Amino acid sequence: MDLSYTPEEEEFRARLREWLAVVLPGLPPKPDPLDWPGRRAYDTGWQRMLYDAGYARVHWGASATLRLIFLEETERAGAPYVGANFVGLLHAGPTIAAEGTEEQRARWLEPVLRGDEVWCQGFSEPDAGSDLAALRTRAVRDGDAYVVSGSKIWTSHAQVADWCELLVRTDPDAPRHRGISWLAMPMDAPGITVRPLRTLAGSDEFAQLFLDEVRIPVGHRVGAENDGWRVTMVTLSYERGTAFVGEVVACRRVLVEIARAAHKNGTWDDPVIRRRLGCLHAEFTALWRLIQWNVSESERTGGVPGVGGSVFKLRYSHARQELYDAAAAVLGPDALDLGREWTLDRLSSLSYTIAAGTSQIQQNIVAERILGLPKGR
Amino acid sequence: MDFQLTDDQRALRAGIRELLARRFDSTALRAAVDGGGLDRGLWRALGEAGFFALRLPEEAGGVGLGLPEAVLLFEEAGRALLPGPLIATHLAAGLVEGAAEGRAVVTAPDGGLVEWLEEADVVRGDVAGAEPIRSADPLTPLHRLPDGGDKGPPEWALLTAAEQLGSAGRTTAMAVQHAREREQFGQPIGAFQAVKHLCAQMLVRTEVARAAVYAAAVTGDPVEIAGAKLLADEAAVRCARDCLQVYGGMGFTWEAEVHLHLKRAWLRRERWLPTVPAQELQAAALEEAM
Repeated sequence: MDLSYTPEEEEFRARLREWLAVVLPGLPPKPDPLDWPGRRAYDTGWQRMLYDAGYARVHWGASATLRLIFLEETERAGAPYVGANFVGLLHAGPTIAAEGTEEQRARWLEPVLRGDEVWCQGFSEPDAGSDLAALRTRAVRDGDAYVVSGSKIWTSHAQVADWCELLVRTDPDAPRHRGISWLAMPMDAPGITVRPLRTLAGSDEFAQLFLDEVRIPVGHRVGAENDGWRVTMVTLSYERGTAFVGEVVACRRVLVEIARAAHKNGTWDDPVIRRRLGCLHAEFTALWRLIQWNVSESERTGGVPGVGGSVFKLRYSHARQELYDAAAAVLGPDALDLGREWTLDRLSSLSYTIAAGTSQIQQNIVAERILGLPKGR
Repeated sequence: MDFQLTDDQRALRAGIRELLARRFDSTALRAAVDGGGLDRGLWRALGEAGFFALRLPEEAGGVGLGLPEAVLLFEEAGRALLPGPLIATHLAAGLVEGAAEGRAVVTAPDGGLVEWLEEADVVRGDVAGAEPIRSADPLTPLHRLPDGGDKGPPEWALLTAAEQLGSAGRTTAMAVQHAREREQFGQPIGAFQAVKHLCAQMLVRTEVARAAVYAAAVTGDPVEIAGAKLLADEAAVRCARDCLQVYGGMGFTWEAEVHLHLKRAWLRRERWLPTVPAQELQAAALEEAM
């Protein structure tokens, strides 16, 4: 067991830290959360800066340890997060890199890295959320194209996306996990309607897509026809793997800020509040160590993160909600002021036990795939 | 960074697990509960296996390994529910004649309590006025001390946390095995989500505690050790309770081993950095970071 980094990794860290110190002060101010074109421009602008400086490939060209260092350092320095590039960089990109043809890799990977193209995720449907394999969006072969009709939901960044990683049913007669294919859908194709959905935090953070006979070239299919479920599992393991690293670093920083606020308004003298914050300190330290454990494991097994990601996600999503509840306890009545920074974060933390597989689904995964308990209900 | 067990560490863990399976199986555990007293033969076997001399330098006749390896051994001790003042004796190796070889049983007070006082050959620390109490844990005789008494070094808390981790892993495994075998309503109870989710949460608690305990063993940082103790205490106590729940009525009987894990987990939580001081230590670390 070794927690030290190699000289090369330390050099990468030092170089990155130096670069961040130079470029971050020159960044434009963060856009309004409701200004989607502004958010896209800001996030892709940052991605382009990373590309020009040689850091763009870190999410899937580099080792898991370098990615860990990258996420740790950028978050610590207060750099922008992947934002609108999330799906392209952390989902579609790794999936195409692993499962796509040479031609597909050449077509789609570079624009994601350069920040030229933004992706969104078309997995969930109104009747296929946690039961993803129940998806019904149909794709019927017509010459060299699929004709796609149906609806997708909870699609973040759909308003400003160029591409959508789309799961469709290509064989309605096959067993439900078998008849699915993974397609890259251009968002400017005729027949696509994007209807923004308002979240409980008051923002149009995601959208519903309506697809009416959208034509998608057969060459946009990644992986074999009807093999989309397996391709999807590759994507989801990335989603639960290291996607939350930067956020854990951010939570540790927020915890210190909450402690500072508690000192300022005197709630720190309340042993119940003080010890609650102490518990969270131990919690986020342990979650950081668990990330290092999972990253080391994936380095050893070479590549795709394992089900350890589900263990992490279960605990982290809960801890994040505890963190902002503790902030509310420190703030008292001020926690009801939507103008206070932690109030909106508290509201948005409610999505963490739902998005990317609910906690209940994650518990089934842990129980069945790690502990070997029988399938059932 | 390679935060995984090395081949040597895996071999060490397998070796001690095998030794304990041979020398301290369920029958031996039962005998210890019924008969009391410490198995001196087993104590010497542990000594010969390097359990106590593990961190003593080789030139002093020890094994010359470090805290991470010690944590792996104590995790196995916790998993097997091994009785005796293991940590006090381990920390006395090289300081007390015969401790390293398992010829001497050494105890020491902590947190107003001292364990195995009547059985011990050597006591390190002041135990004046010690009064015997009826210990909640049938495998750990206790004396109460008139005042708080000395506190052990951070390694005590870490090795205790390692035992808690082992116990959490064991009760998780017991619950999962029972959930696979026990049938109700025509299927294994582990097929029901209510039971499945209890088991999944047991694993999550154990794995988070594992990351904390192993990392604290590598860094040796007192704050990180205190955090690891907090999480391992939580894992051991709650996993034992959940295991008892999965066992149902059977879990409430003296015959099932579950109550022994729960009682020992309660005991370990009260000693060597209990919950409140561990939380206060974390809060102080937050103040430091402000």
